Amino acid sequence: MVHFTAEEKAAITGLWSKVNVEQAGGEALGRLLVVYPWTQRFFEGFGNLSSPSAIMGNPKVKAHGKKVLTSLGDAVKNLEDLKGTFAHLSELHCDKLHVDPENFRLLGNVLVIVLAQLFGKELTPQVQAAWQKMMTGVANALVSKYH
Amino acid sequence: MVLTENETAILRALWRKMGDHVGIYTTEALERVFAAFPSTKTYFPHFNLKPGSAQVKAHGKKVAAALTQAVAHLDNVPGALSALSDLHAHRLRVDPVNFQLLAHCLLVTLARHYPGDFSPTMHASLDKFLSHVNSVLVSKYR
Repeated sequence: MVHFTAEEKAAITGLWSKVNVEQAGGEALGRLLVVYPWTQRFFEGFGNLSSPSAIMGNPKVKAHGKKVLTSLGDAVKNLEDLKGTFAHLSELHCDKLHVDPENFRLLGNVLVIVLAQLFGKELTPQVQAAWQKMMTGVANALVSKYH
Repeated sequence: MVLTENETAILRALWRKMGDHVGIYTTEALERVFAAFPSTKTYFPHFNLKPGSAQVKAHGKKVAAALTQAVAHLDNVPGALSALSDLHAHRLRVDPVNFQLLAHCLLVTLARHYPGDFSPTMHASLDKFLSHVNSVLVSKYR
């Protein structure tokens, strides 16, 4: 089980309180699809993904990004039990969605980059380190029910 | 992996804009990789790794010089970095996963310092370029 120090929790919750879930979610998911185009394989029903501007403006991408980031909000509230928090989503991603866990790592890193762009000064190396730890924890929790 | 004309133009423009500051950003990327991914410190037992370290700054400058060299020769990165490929294969033998970690931290650094320039297309160009540099660095590993 991952343990977060008081400083790490403060770094995470402090920055999270400033995040616009709709904006950051859409930006992160959009960039995942632009930078790593093979990830589009999971979103064939999303319509026009033919160019970076089409992807970033796509309403289904934005809506799904918001959904993903809202879920991350649950992680922030439950840092001491990420596995329990994501048990159901882990089963879903394995059994129904068939998502390679490598994609959780990719999206986690894209999100940290988006946070750096939005919150430059606040994303010190220590704050980044806390967020990377959480992203790794979330990715591991999402893999935990894979079989 | 081949860079498109557009990606090449974007990278050259960014490097022109960064000018003499590339070393500042690569040093920050190193500080970030040591903080976020402590396993990377195992390659530097002989360094002072505290923030502000002169050794890390000097190493940042070396990394910056190599990346600048690569940007100056985007049509032949393997040729431009051939000596570094040999070095990493036969002497340094840094596990390839670590180049990905450093590349990620460099993207975080550049997104921070150039938020207005860091469009999804810029992000993709940089990621692709750094991925190419990494594969060149490990190309002679075996």
